[in-house]
Amino acid sequence: MAKTDIGPPNYKNFMPPVIQKNYGKWQYHEILQPGLLKHVGETGEEIYTVRAGSPRLMSTDHIREICEIAEKYCDGFLRFTSRHNIEFLLTDKAKIEPLIAELKSKKYPVGGTGHCVTNIVHTQGWVHCHTPATDASGPVKAVMDELHEYFSTMTMPSQVRIALACCLNMCGAVHCSDIAILGIHRTVPKPDHSRVPNVCEIPTTVASCPTGAIRPDPKTKSVTINEDKCMYCGNCYTVCPALPLADPENDGISIWVGGKVSNARSAPMFSKLAVPFLPNNPPRWPETVAAVKNIVETYAKHARKHERMGEWINRIGWERFFRLTGIEFTDKHIDDFTTASETYRTTTQFKWG
Amino acid sequence: MEEKEMAKSETPFLDELEKGEWPSFVKDMKQAAEKKPMAKDLLRQLELSYKEKIGHWKHGGIVGVKGYGGGVIGRYSDRPDLFPGVEHFHTMRVNHPTGWFYTTKALRTLCDIWDKHGSGLTNMHGSTGDIILLGTTTDHLQSCFDDLSDAGFDLGGSGSALRTPSACVGPARCEWACIDSLNICYDITMSFQDQLHRPMFPYKFKIKVSGCANDCVASIARSDFSIIGTWKGKIQIDQKEVQAYATAGLDVKAEITDLCPTKCMTWDEKAKTLAIEDADCTRCMHCINMMPKALRQGKEKGATLLIGGKAPIVQGALLSTVIVPFMKLEPPYQELKDLILKILDWWDEHGKMRERVGELINRLGMRTFLKDIGLKPVPQMVKNPRTNPYVFFWPEDIKKEVK
Repeated sequence: MAKTDIGPPNYKNFMPPVIQKNYGKWQYHEILQPGLLKHVGETGEEIYTVRAGSPRLMSTDHIREICEIAEKYCDGFLRFTSRHNIEFLLTDKAKIEPLIAELKSKKYPVGGTGHCVTNIVHTQGWVHCHTPATDASGPVKAVMDELHEYFSTMTMPSQVRIALACCLNMCGAVHCSDIAILGIHRTVPKPDHSRVPNVCEIPTTVASCPTGAIRPDPKTKSVTINEDKCMYCGNCYTVCPALPLADPENDGISIWVGGKVSNARSAPMFSKLAVPFLPNNPPRWPETVAAVKNIVETYAKHARKHERMGEWINRIGWERFFRLTGIEFTDKHIDDFTTASETYRTTTQFKWG
Repeated sequence: MEEKEMAKSETPFLDELEKGEWPSFVKDMKQAAEKKPMAKDLLRQLELSYKEKIGHWKHGGIVGVKGYGGGVIGRYSDRPDLFPGVEHFHTMRVNHPTGWFYTTKALRTLCDIWDKHGSGLTNMHGSTGDIILLGTTTDHLQSCFDDLSDAGFDLGGSGSALRTPSACVGPARCEWACIDSLNICYDITMSFQDQLHRPMFPYKFKIKVSGCANDCVASIARSDFSIIGTWKGKIQIDQKEVQAYATAGLDVKAEITDLCPTKCMTWDEKAKTLAIEDADCTRCMHCINMMPKALRQGKEKGATLLIGGKAPIVQGALLSTVIVPFMKLEPPYQELKDLILKILDWWDEHGKMRERVGELINRLGMRTFLKDIGLKPVPQMVKNPRTNPYVFFWPEDIKKEVK
């Protein structure tokens, strides 16, 4: 039997010699052009990084192609970023241009650096998840097809981080993104009373509801759901498979804006609701693509240099954000969860729009 | 002719996503489908989802490898009649090399193993950072794991366990790393193998390590225990390099000092010198981000430790909050690991099922958490003191009646 508990391979064995030598001794870096970084060590030694986008969902053949490229230009060393980009690491200046040319000829987008729209962090969607309210790879592909020029340039006021999660479980943790694309359900789970008693633990199911909408029903040995209290989070379905809530006509996408995780300038922020609902419209989700593009381009037009989406909105105010983007403000934008009152305006200071 | 071609395709919806400038996941799926019937059925099932606007995976399923309680996510099609190739289609989470560094040799080995045992499809990488091997049958799980283990790879975390810790690129290729994020992450991963592979907690527990406040792995939003590099002491200024940035077109006032959140910096336009009131600096990184060649962090390096970050399920999203403003982090990181163990024990003892540690702290109160863990309350932990008068006192705070 194979050994267990060996842990991951030691990262030290996977680093190119220039990194081994300059580990912890880098002095500064420059972005030479979109997708190309130069890091300089204290001794003056240099490492170049060429960054390229990936679809995240990759075949082994695609990975082998990436390996071939890395062997040709980078002595077989590469890394991936936390946003699914590929980084080719090299020391020979003369190889940079040929590498970029080869990447471009093979249709790899080169970019994802500085003030750009970088790759979208996303989840599994219909490809491999059992709770999705939308697909993940499809909407991401459709949005990036539309925004790809902002990946390979640096014309944004600041970094734009877009993330997609296909349900509220948010294994993609999109809740602190400049733009979050979030799959949502809008209808109450339909208990399968014949299965609930056999496959679900009733107390756990009842306790799983954040709004206390689920009650045990001793008669049926199943549960009932208070439709007025349910906000379709799907947590009960996660613990009880007999409470399905997927609904092809009513599931869809919501768009959230203005979050960030970096502490630079302003503190990390949650994303806030911009568009409560857009339909699932495969294969290209045109409504979602248009909404994201509108927000990105309105931000690019109006924000000051170095202002992240949330910093821009905080400066101009939400009332102006809704006017500039043309997004309709509705009762769905006004919070009614436990933290709601923190978001109500407690001052007479506001703008007319 | 064109219509005929279209009619031939089994996947007209997905074919549409082969078009466009961005790399297409459909191309990758088709590549795998040429070799593997299960990848072909995955493609066909996904097409049905596109047509019907609904997923076709059954709920969960417990599968695994010998000795482990996690690392494999069971997945079964709800239409095995139509797509027998994905009747079982389980995911294996493989713990990525820290910092996502690879040699092509290692990557090729992974590809060979996955072609032998699974669909040939992967995610590089999953949300927690793992290498995701997407789809294999139950009978291949153990043999695939055996091959992975022989090649030096191990599974990652899943379920109510320590999830695979992750770290930013850190000192490997970043001048801003105040801590050795890679080594800390690797050390924690190796030290807590048992907690990672054998789910025994109330719910999931995530640890992420960022070298500086830019927080490239989103530890403050995405981890229950966030380790973020910081410093004490003066920001080191190289005035010549500041001037070089200014000469090259950087507007030091508009782009640096005016954007400083604490206004602790002044730029003397005439003398071309930058001054920083370091005591007022909150180490946000903006000025250093802007002028990496001119500004370097203070010399005393360490980390701020924060707790409780999570996505909305169940009680709402939380950002991690400060519990240790500054801890020096040098190998073997014993103080750090002791603290993590103490917190895990406390959570394990008091947490309800599916209650993340941040939610537990909200339920029992931060004062209880701090007292039980033995952390001294300091102002760095709060944005402001409480505004309500509903103050609890400990019995020992109260004078006993003397009879």
